[in-house]
Formats: sequence, structure tokens, C-alpha cells
Amino acid sequence: MEEYLLKVDKVQTVFKTGKGEITSVEEVSFQLKPGQTIGIVGESGCGKSVTSLSIMRLLGKHGYVKNGSILFNGKDLAKISEAEMREIRGNEISMIFQEPMTSLNPVFTIGNQMMEGIRLHMKLGKKEARNYAIEMLNSVGIPRSEAIMNEFPHALSGGMRQRVMIAMALSCRPRLLIADEPTTALDVTIQAQILELMKKLRSQSNTAIILITHDLGVVAEMVDKIIVMYAGQVVEEADVFTLFDNPKHPYTKGLIGSIPHIETHQEDRLISIPGAVPSLQNMPTGCRFHTRCEFATERCLQEQPNLIQLDETGEHKVRCWLAEEEAYVSRENKEVFV
Amino acid sequence: MSLPTEIKIEKPSKERTGTPLLEINNLKQYYPIKKGIFSKTVGHVKAVDGLSLQIYPGETLGLVGESGCGKSTTGRAIVQLEKPSEGEIIFDGKNISNFTNREMRSIRTELQIIFQDPYSSLNPRKRIGDLLSEPLLFHKLATPSEAKKKVEDMLEIVGLPKSYRNRYPHEFSGGQRQRIGIARALILNPKLIVCDEPVSALDVSIQAQVLNLLKDLQNEFNLTYLFIGHGLGAVKYISDRIAVMYLGNIVEIAKTEEMFKNPKHPYTLALLNAYPVPNPHLRGRQRIVLEGDVPSPANPPKGCKFHTRCPIAQSKCREEVPVLTGVHHSVACHFPIN
Amino acid sequence: MFQYIIRRLLIAIPVLLGVTIFNFFIINLAPGNPVDMFVNPNMSAADILAKKEALGLNDPLWEQYGRWMGSMLQGDFGYSFATYEPVLDNIAARIGPTLLLMGTALIIAYLIAIPVGILSATKQYSFIDYLTTTFSFFGISIPNFFLGLGAIYVFGIVFPIFPTGGMTTLGSSGGFVDTFMHLVLPAMVLGTAIAGSMVRYVRSSMLEVLGQDYLRTARAKGLREFFVNNKHALRNALIPIVTIIGLEIPLLIGGAVVTEQIFQWPGLGQLTIQSIGSRDYPMLMALNFIAAFTVLFSNLLTDLMYSVVDPRIKYN
Repeated sequence: MEEYLLKVDKVQTVFKTGKGEITSVEEVSFQLKPGQTIGIVGESGCGKSVTSLSIMRLLGKHGYVKNGSILFNGKDLAKISEAEMREIRGNEISMIFQEPMTSLNPVFTIGNQMMEGIRLHMKLGKKEARNYAIEMLNSVGIPRSEAIMNEFPHALSGGMRQRVMIAMALSCRPRLLIADEPTTALDVTIQAQILELMKKLRSQSNTAIILITHDLGVVAEMVDKIIVMYAGQVVEEADVFTLFDNPKHPYTKGLIGSIPHIETHQEDRLISIPGAVPSLQNMPTGCRFHTRCEFATERCLQEQPNLIQLDETGEHKVRCWLAEEEAYVSRENKEVFV
Repeated sequence: MSLPTEIKIEKPSKERTGTPLLEINNLKQYYPIKKGIFSKTVGHVKAVDGLSLQIYPGETLGLVGESGCGKSTTGRAIVQLEKPSEGEIIFDGKNISNFTNREMRSIRTELQIIFQDPYSSLNPRKRIGDLLSEPLLFHKLATPSEAKKKVEDMLEIVGLPKSYRNRYPHEFSGGQRQRIGIARALILNPKLIVCDEPVSALDVSIQAQVLNLLKDLQNEFNLTYLFIGHGLGAVKYISDRIAVMYLGNIVEIAKTEEMFKNPKHPYTLALLNAYPVPNPHLRGRQRIVLEGDVPSPANPPKGCKFHTRCPIAQSKCREEVPVLTGVHHSVACHFPIN
Repeated sequence: MFQYIIRRLLIAIPVLLGVTIFNFFIINLAPGNPVDMFVNPNMSAADILAKKEALGLNDPLWEQYGRWMGSMLQGDFGYSFATYEPVLDNIAARIGPTLLLMGTALIIAYLIAIPVGILSATKQYSFIDYLTTTFSFFGISIPNFFLGLGAIYVFGIVFPIFPTGGMTTLGSSGGFVDTFMHLVLPAMVLGTAIAGSMVRYVRSSMLEVLGQDYLRTARAKGLREFFVNNKHALRNALIPIVTIIGLEIPLLIGGAVVTEQIFQWPGLGQLTIQSIGSRDYPMLMALNFIAAFTVLFSNLLTDLMYSVVDPRIKYN
């Protein structure tokens, strides 16, 4: 079996508050091979961003990974020292964020901010770092890159700033890039530009990507594998084609059904999932989705389902009692045992 | 929390017949740019620059475009939140663009708006019941006891329990707040509702709930919508006709199906192309990706405003301003796509 | 930028005019008049009247104001009623000590407020934070004269380290060390009072910045927390702090009046108190004019500072 670059295993991230600890995500597991792109989807409040920030260990003063392991290149990121983690951040793992308007420091020039990471991790001199930064800006399609180096962020459009963020993130040739809603704040024609750029850069390097988004259209365009998160847990994992063609979890089905399509004619109503994502403070017992699930049974109210494998390859996993029972029945019939 | 979805009214035929409910002629909304010692006006930001359109009773007209194209400004001008710099707005046969505030008050009940962020438009210190009954009492359309009854009815209509009238805005989720925003617009029994990006801030599953609700309400109360949005999927789902805006002008307007099947303006085509399709089997399809950013509305390009980004622009486009032509499918382009 | 400054200066003219009118009438409304202050029992009523006539105090107020304005526009602030010296000479002799005191106090305030404020913000809700917040409250709420008297008691009487009055030792020729020793107490008193409010500015400004997205970006690059706080955060937090200097100057002027009086500092503040006592109208008008001008000028300076420290702001 191919070596995994990242192995996230049963991670639980908690935040300390005045009233004790609140669990934000738990039971998050997935693996990523070098060069692979994985998408994390789900609605806001499902723990997508917390998952990525747990990998980067940028959870702030109050958050930490309480249980589970995050193996990156053989090192457990949940356990290594802060100094070791700093060596990895921006170097082997880098990140781009949702808001290009606020993610760059308004009082320093683009050049200053670009060169910071380059000088820190690549140990280049000032002049070399500057030339390298200009080269990076060119590679992400920024015109007049030398002049842009001396500009402040406010002089650039949202799309241009996101290109700068990408150039900054890729400058140390990371093995893993985490993109947290990289195009959500952008207009659709600019989004298309950025996605094309990311595809182009991906094909030139062997960087693995974790793409976090709520837009199923974006994942359909970009990723190899998808994990669907709901209320802080992974509820389904599959390769992108399987997930869209044959979703198993009712939440995944609802998400896919609720997107208005433009490529097909559609007269019928959109499928909508009633209610809203439960808050961290009062998570439902049993299956967390049961409050919004039309198929919920007595068992779903009581017992929490596990993330189980649906096929022999172990690529398609789901956390749902119904899917589990269905899979069990079909295996019985085919006399295939786990 | 059931929606009044069971009412299956035959959709009235939405052919463009009779007199339009709303007619906009040559609407201009300019904002002055001031400079110098005596704040002399040296130019204008041309947010809307000579826009004309008609909305017919019972239809939904979708207005799409990227940020800064003037779609929200148009919506705000229609409900007279801002006095237009030039042009007329004829609502129900009356030219309301030069109405005094007093005259406007009589029209207000018939012309309502729903905002993108319902939270910032709801007074946080007032209970929902008071927020909803306020317009009724202000316009003297109901006694306090009638108003209370009407508020309860309206909450049920938008799918919220009656008891919620005693709650404060912060106790609601985004989707619920948007339902309240809809209830507040609907309670005055308006003829036209301007929906200014009502689902852009919502998660997909919630977006589907709100879109379905808007559709149901339209059938039930024979409403007319101007639906402003940047998500093509949502606009397509809800609109009968769609108008595409670019830099303050409409570049194409047609029936929804026609627009998606047979876009004529290169910008429309690029917008459709840029929209990420939630179907992984369609990745790698041929598509146009526009280059560059939208030019500043303070200094729009001469000739066709789109020529700087248009893949098929010719010398004529740089000089002559194209006019919106065509009866059922209008386009403002010198070289429309067949 | 140049146009902007010109425009601001033009706007300042009517404001200054209004201030002088207002001051002139307020001063004249105060009970008593300059002549009362130097009458002696031997003067007859006729003498007093003649004196008043000579000083022009019997003319209608608007005429007196017009006269003052007319000569002021020619750069002539008149003669002091109390000392008979030109007003400007008196002020010129006093302005140096005041600037020295105010400047030192301001530097002390920044030196205390910035590090303490940063510490307090980065360790929000810690013991240190509560301690600094409490102390800054004291700094704000204890009046200057009280702090001054306390300082005199502690450092002048209990531990006689510093001189408690004047700017130089009487009879000596002054010199740097002597002046410095005299400066310590008044500058500390004035400085700490301002630092009290400034710490709170720094803290809240820093707290606001600490939540910004670009700090997460900086951390994601692998920067040390020290750099994140002291490069990326501080530079942004300083924007409002640098500019509140414009708000502090009026406070400084007010504080200087009291502090100078307590420490017998030979500056404009002390002169103000003396002039109020002797109803020295020309002197008061000039002092008020200077104060108003300084405040307006420091406001303009504040706005210009914005464009220096914040690249997003451009004036035109």
C-alpha cells in the first residue's frame, strides 16, 4: 500500500471555556496520499475549519487536540513541541484562508509579507528572497510583480490578494496545502480563475491539498476524495465520483439534492434538509443527524453509529445505521464477510 | 414546522402580457467623487448607468452579476431607499421616482424588500412579534389585537412556530432570520418584493428551504419578485426571466430556459461557464475563463464596457456602445453568440 | 495632501475666530476687572475711572474686541495689565519650560503605556491584566493635584530625593542635571496621569488587532509568537495610539496648568493661573488663543499621522 502523507485518526478537538471544555470536533479520521486532493464539505458549524486548524495547531489559546493523532510524515502533530510545529508551518504544511481581504496585514507591503516566510524557512538572504518572491508572484499570474512587491494589500483586488496568498503558501514548496474556503468570498468569474490556477499549480508539483468548502460544485471540479462532515464528525467518505453517484448518508443526499443545478433543466422542488445544524452545547444523543433525518429510527435516537466501510477496498465509509444495515443485508446475500 | 407546501395551485402562465407592474426607464445612480480644496466634484462612480427593465405581474425577474455591477443599487432605487440620480421608476402606473416621502408612504406597503443579512436589519432589542406588527400599526392597517393575530398567522406561513413572536432576533439561526425578514415584507401584503441576495449568506440546505418558501409564497399570494443574486443556481431555480448586469447596465435579458440554453452575450456565457457544476463527470469540460478583474465603475471602459475582458472583442467594441436589442431575448452586444 | 492641509487650515480660521469671541466675552463676564486688582486705598474714584478709561475698559465690549482683533492680526497681542510688558515677551519666556514639561510627560506616558498595554492585552484576563487595569483606573481617577501633593510628600519630604518646586535651584545657574532633577516630579505626575488612560487605549486597540485574520496568516507562516505580536499586531495597534496624541494634547494643556502651579514650574500654565488672578485680559486672550491654536493644530497633525502610519489612508 502506498505511503500516506497525512493520517488523521479519531481526532477530538476541544475548546476551554469558562464553563468547562466544549468539544468542537471528534471522531475525525481520514488519510491523504502525496499529491492527492481531498475535499472537506459540510455546512457552517460542522467543524471543517476546526479540523484544518487542528492540523496546523492554530486553535488559539483555548483550543487543543485532546485525543487522537495527526500523523504527518511519521510525526504526530498533536504531540510535537511548538518549536517543531513552527518549522512545519508555512514550510511543509501551508494554508490559505477564506477572506483575502483580511488575511493580509494591511500595514506591510506584499513584498515584506511574501519574504517573511521565504527568509524564515529557506534561509535566503534579503536579495535572493526578494527575487524568489517575485518569481513566485509571476507563477501565480500576477502582472507587474516587481511593482506589486512594493504595494500594500489594499491596492489589490480580492482575486489578486488571493493569488498573493497562494504564492505565499506555495513559496516553500509545501507537501500539504490546506485551502479553507479559498474562493467563497470571490465572484464567480474570479473563482474560476483561482480554481484554474490551483489546478495548474497542483499539476506542476506533488503537493497534496485539503480543500475545505461548502460548495459542492467546487469539490466536484477539484478533488479526488471527499469527506462529509456533520456536527463535528465525519459522516461519509468516498471518492468524488462515488459520493456524487451513490451517496449513502441521508445528510450527503440532502446536501446534493439541495443544490440548484444550472446544467440540467429542473422544474421540481429542491430537496431541503429541515432544521439547522445543532449547536455544540446541545448535541443530540445517538446519531447527531437524527433530528433532521427523515429516516431516523429508534436506534438512531439511542446509539451513535460508527464510521464503517461499505466496500472491500475501504474507500467508501459512512456513519449511518441504515446504511450499515443495508450493507450487512447485501453482504449476507452475496456471502461476503468483512 | 411544516411549510404550506401542499397547496398545489396551477402556476399562472407567466407570458409577458398586459402592463408591467414595474417599469424602469433609463435609471442612473451616480455617486460623486470629490477632490481639491473646495471638494469639487471631479467625477462619478456610475453604479447604475442607464438601466431599463420591466417586471410583469406574477413573475420573478432574476438580476445577476458580480459584485459592483449595480444590481443591489438598482434594488434599493426601486424601493426608494435611495433617490435615483436620473430616470423614472413606474410602479403600478405611477411614476414614483419623484414622489415625496408622504406620497411614498402610501406605496410602501405594496413595495417591500428583503435583505441579504436579515440580522442587521432587525432591531436586536425588539421581540419578533413587535418587529412584525410595527409596520401594520404604523400604516394603520390593523388594531393591536388584529396585528397580533396577523403576526401569528404570518409566522406559521413562513414556517415558524407562533410562540416565536416572544423571542429576540439573536435567538434565531440565519435561515430562521431570513424567514422573519420574509414575514416582515409579506405582512403588508405587498405586490412586489425586491429580494436582495436573500440566500447568499445561507448554507445550501437552508438556502433550499428559503428558496422553496419564496416559491410557495409566490404561488399562494400571487407575488411578483425581483430576485437579486450572484449564485446562478439559485437565480435559475426561482426566476422566470433573468437579466444579466455588468458595470451598471443590463447586457442580456431573456427567459430563464432560453438564457441557459442559448446565451448570446459573451459575458453571460462566461458566467455560466465559471459556475462550478456539482457533477464530477463534467469536469474538464471546455469553458471560457475570463481574465482580469471587473473595471472600476468610477472609470468604466469606453465603448462596450465588457470589451476589456471579452474574448471576442473587436475594434468596434472599443468605440461604440452596444444597445440592448431584441424582443424576447435582448442582448447588448455587437457580435452576439448564435 | 497639500491641498488637504490648505483646506484644513482654511477651516481652522472661522473656528479660531469663534474661540476668540467666546473667550473674550467669557473673560469679561467674570466678576471684577483688572483695575480692581491694583487699586490701593489711596486712589480716588476718579483715579480709578481714569485708569479704566486709559485701558479702554469703558468702551463697549464689541469695540474692545474689535481693537484686540485688529492688533492681533498685525501680530500685536498688546501689553500685560499686570506687568506692563509685551504679552508676547512674557509668553516667549515661558513657552520653553512648558514644552519641556509636556514633551517629557508625553514620552513617559508612551514609555509606560505601550509595553504595559501590550502585556495586558496578550495576557487578557490574567493576573497581570487585572493589575494593570486596576492601576490605570487609579491613574485616570486620581486628580493631578492630589498625585502631585503625594509625590511632593513622598519624594520631597519623606525621601528628599528630588526638589519640589521651580525649574532650577535658586541662586544657581541651572544646568542640565539641575533642571533634570527639577523636571522629574512634575513630568512623572503629568506623565502617569496620561499613561493611565493611554494604557487602556493600547490594551483595547491591541485586543482588537489580536483577533484579526492576518495574525493567523502570520502564524501559519511559522513565525514566532513574539514576531506575530510585536511586528504584525503592534504595528496595526499603533495606528489609533499614535493618533490619540491629538486627543491627549488638550488634556496635557489642562494637566500642565495644575501641575505647573503645584511644582512652581515657570511655564505657561503657571502664567495662566496668575493672569486669571489679576484679570490680565490681554494675557488671557493670548494664552487662550495659543491653546486653541495648539488643539486645532494637533488635530490636523493627528489626521496627517493617520496617513503616515496607515497606508490605506490617503488625503486629497
